[in-house]
Amino acid sequence: MATIIVDGERYEAKAGQNVLEAVLSQHLDLPYFCWHPAMGSVGACRQCAIMEYADENDERGRMVMACITSVRDGMRLSIAAPHAARFRESVIEWLMENHPHDCPVCEEGGECHLQDMTVMTGHSQRRYRGTKRTWRNQDLGPFIGHEMNRCITCYRCVRFYRDYAGGTDLEALGSRSRMYFGRAADGKLESEFSGNLVEVCPTGVFTDRPFSKQYTRKWDLQSAPSVCPGCAVGCNIFPSERYGDLKRVHNRYHGEINGYFLCDRGRFGSHFVNDPSRIRKAGMRVDDEVFEARGADTAIDALGEMLRDGKAVGIGSPRASVEANFALRSLVGRDSFCNGLGEGDAELIALALDIHGRGGARIPTLTDVEAADAVLVLGEDVLNTAPRVALAMRQAARGTAFEMAGAAAIPDWQDAGIRGHAQGRLSPVFLATTLPTRIDDIAADTLHATPQDIARAGYAIAHRIDGDFAAPEGAVADDFVDRVAAALGKAKQPLIVTGTGSADPAVMQAAANIAWALRARGGDPALLIAPHEANSFGAGMLDGGLTLDAALEAVRSGAARTLVVMENDLYRRADYERVDAALASGAEVVVIDSIENATAQAANLLLPAATYAECNGTFVNYEGRAQRFYQVFEPAAEDEIAPSWMWIRRAAKAAGRDGCDWSGIEDLVRACAENVPALAAIPEAAPTAGYRGKADTRIPRQPHRYSGRTAMRADVNVHEPKPTVDDETPFAYSMEGQNTGRQPGAAVPYVWSPGWNSNQSVFKFQQEVGGGLSGGDPGVRLIAAETGSNGADARPFRSPPAAFASGDGFRLLPLHAIFGSDELSARSWPVAETSPSPYIVLNPEDARELGVARGDGVKCDALPVSVEVRIDAAMTPGTAACVCGLPDMPGPLPADPVEFVRDPDFERATEIIARG
Amino acid sequence: MWSQLRTIWTVFQHTFMRNETVEYPDEMPYAAPRYRGRIILTRDPDGEERCVACNLCAVACPVDCIALQKTEREEDGRWYPEFFRINFSRCIMCGMCEEACPTYAIQLTPDFELCEFNRDSMVYEKEHLLINGPGKYPDYSFWGVAGKTIEGKDKGEALNEAPPTDHRSLLP
Repeated sequence: MATIIVDGERYEAKAGQNVLEAVLSQHLDLPYFCWHPAMGSVGACRQCAIMEYADENDERGRMVMACITSVRDGMRLSIAAPHAARFRESVIEWLMENHPHDCPVCEEGGECHLQDMTVMTGHSQRRYRGTKRTWRNQDLGPFIGHEMNRCITCYRCVRFYRDYAGGTDLEALGSRSRMYFGRAADGKLESEFSGNLVEVCPTGVFTDRPFSKQYTRKWDLQSAPSVCPGCAVGCNIFPSERYGDLKRVHNRYHGEINGYFLCDRGRFGSHFVNDPSRIRKAGMRVDDEVFEARGADTAIDALGEMLRDGKAVGIGSPRASVEANFALRSLVGRDSFCNGLGEGDAELIALALDIHGRGGARIPTLTDVEAADAVLVLGEDVLNTAPRVALAMRQAARGTAFEMAGAAAIPDWQDAGIRGHAQGRLSPVFLATTLPTRIDDIAADTLHATPQDIARAGYAIAHRIDGDFAAPEGAVADDFVDRVAAALGKAKQPLIVTGTGSADPAVMQAAANIAWALRARGGDPALLIAPHEANSFGAGMLDGGLTLDAALEAVRSGAARTLVVMENDLYRRADYERVDAALASGAEVVVIDSIENATAQAANLLLPAATYAECNGTFVNYEGRAQRFYQVFEPAAEDEIAPSWMWIRRAAKAAGRDGCDWSGIEDLVRACAENVPALAAIPEAAPTAGYRGKADTRIPRQPHRYSGRTAMRADVNVHEPKPTVDDETPFAYSMEGQNTGRQPGAAVPYVWSPGWNSNQSVFKFQQEVGGGLSGGDPGVRLIAAETGSNGADARPFRSPPAAFASGDGFRLLPLHAIFGSDELSARSWPVAETSPSPYIVLNPEDARELGVARGDGVKCDALPVSVEVRIDAAMTPGTAACVCGLPDMPGPLPADPVEFVRDPDFERATEIIARG
Repeated sequence: MWSQLRTIWTVFQHTFMRNETVEYPDEMPYAAPRYRGRIILTRDPDGEERCVACNLCAVACPVDCIALQKTEREEDGRWYPEFFRINFSRCIMCGMCEEACPTYAIQLTPDFELCEFNRDSMVYEKEHLLINGPGKYPDYSFWGVAGKTIEGKDKGEALNEAPPTDHRSLLP
């Protein structure tokens, strides 16, 4: 630690940190542009000028740039010194010379870092009389708008896009005063993290295009802390609402998970909440074709009848909260409950939980992933299934650069220096996947093989590290195995990443074996197992008495008279015939869901469920971290939308069943924790509804300058309704209360601080810049994150699979698409525009034998639609990788080999973006 | 004592002064053009709506009686309010909205006769607020100053703008 003296006050700072970080960590105000806490300093904008004095007698001092000056003990500094203040004002004046008169028609207005800094430095009068530079904009695709006139040349966009996220198509073009930040030509930004440009850009050059279509100023957005439903990483988000529409999703800082960045599926995948096809009223099938909304009471009475009549089977969902799943389990009884995972998935999730339960390897946070010094990805295309993990892996690859910099006494924030010194050297990252992925550029070595062969390689690596572990019979990719084993063995914090994406338990077993082998050799391995849905692990912990097949069979055979499906499309989970047979068996099918899907269309009784933005609940992410998401807004009064668990409570009452009369979400959370040992800690995930801030105030969902309260509903009724009193959470549907950042981190509904209207104000909510939130990072870990000495249970797996041998027909291997494979985000229109149409990838030889070329269509009996052919030489002959989960083809892939024939009638969908 | 006598004298003098009050409504009082009465939305000199839905009036309003939603017309790229609502039963005619407006779209007029029997009738939508002229500022056009392109005004054609830069130029 060091002590620095700023304007006469003494503060603690970390030695070696830069002065800007040190003063911001003390929550002092100092303007800056080019520095970003996640990207370090380049000293380009000269905005953070500050005076440094030699000793207490020095009155003149010298001006230094805070972001590129190291903290020294006893340093004397002044932010307020007139010389530095005048300099900072001049810098802004220069930046504003060419800035257009755009604020009223700029999406950044009201949350603009440039606006904030201009006000903070006091610049108010334009003295420059010359003309302003102008630029032509580019079309950057459906996600990002471009308005180049507003650029202040801080370079943050390219530093994020290229240096941090590994993108290649956004560039700093031109020279001197002609600097241009864009692509070589119009076209969609290729990076899966392009949406972060909206938050990284300190002004309005890159803007959120879907948000702009229904634009609302930040001060008018009602928000609540939430968790992304897009995948199992559990990134923290701020969804925001106005006039009953979910307007946008912004990053919610979490010191251990998403930090400052989200992926584009998370950012642009929430517009399904506003989808016109949302189910809004309770409906009943009156005859085969006709469906009528007859009011919630009638529907609930009918459901009560059905439940009284006889045995009911309940199918929950890994995209519903643990509370909703538990409520359904309570309604139908544990023996008649299925957690909604398909057969294969259920096995994989159970295996993942079993592996984590055995201990022996740390479960890494994303901060741990970034700190790993050797990474092996086994069989998982993380960029498409858990995208934020891939971004963290990119930072892990830069570990070597930081180590080299440390040895050369270059401070760890000195971005340009570190890059120059490292000359592109990377920490070892090894990728074993079916096909090349878009993060292969950071890989030291890759292996492209079938999941079976990847699992064999994994077993071989474990055997190579520790001879006690089972080795596969026959040949494996020896070079790859040797290199990986050597690199992992040398690493201090090795990381193994795997997941459910290859749908092969052997892959996960092999990954666990490697971690345990490293452990046996005295290492400290981390093992990341990525499931695919927001609450996969939560559903897995809530296992019921039935597997999905058993549940469907019970319905088909007539053993159960009623089937209750909650927030789940069964056609995504089991093959068509099986689901069709169950749904058409004459049983009463009750569906509680928010969006219309094939299962909802087969329902006899349909109840409109709230989406994640309209209810409270808990998701369990890949770390086994339970995180609470809070209701952002109330569904329109004329709609009958209610949280799933409330429908279940009403149904239980109508059926006269006991044990389902929870008084509210808190009561339900408690009941769930008491009844499910694995979930015992979930009440600690967030503060209770009784939490109050200073002066006994609630936390407001609306910023203090929320406008239009007396006019927004005046077209319906000029008498304003009383704001709903929220008994379930510590938040208020109002602007009254305090959001100071001193509340628990799980209860921060938006970030704002006086003078800091942009998202940069997040530092006022952190303990230190880039550290944890002041009130603690949200969530509670349900599975022990640290292994300690507990590795005794880690019994290695002993049955490596046989090598893949091609036979008749094609073995289908699963592929995943970041845009399209997730059910909810695929309904979000910006994501839908970017989703691929169903395709398979073939080896060139196989394609030649079939007589097809890229872009042709093929069909087979086991797939519901004809699929486009893509060709990749890395594909193992005899296999075809098939993208799964797309709206046109949602079901699981057939396990048996299939025969393809060319479909001469196939018409290739005009695809804007080639991806995959 | 002297002060009280002087006050009585001043009051007495008023007996012989001209009446300031008028027999309203038979006779209309004079309201200056800058008088703060009923609010209107005006149009650009080219006849298009001036309001760009920036929300500054709404946020400046101390009684929060303005609500609007931004939309964009595909054909010309201008920002517009999809709806624009003022609840006059809440309005206090303070003029903050007019002061905040960066485009001179929202203006207060000398019309102060806003009485209704029914409060519902005091909720004005865009079609009630929008007039067919530029109001007090006949010449100003925000789009002529702003850097954003709209139909008929390309980059570099706004006030004080240089023609678009060619970033591919290699000239020093």
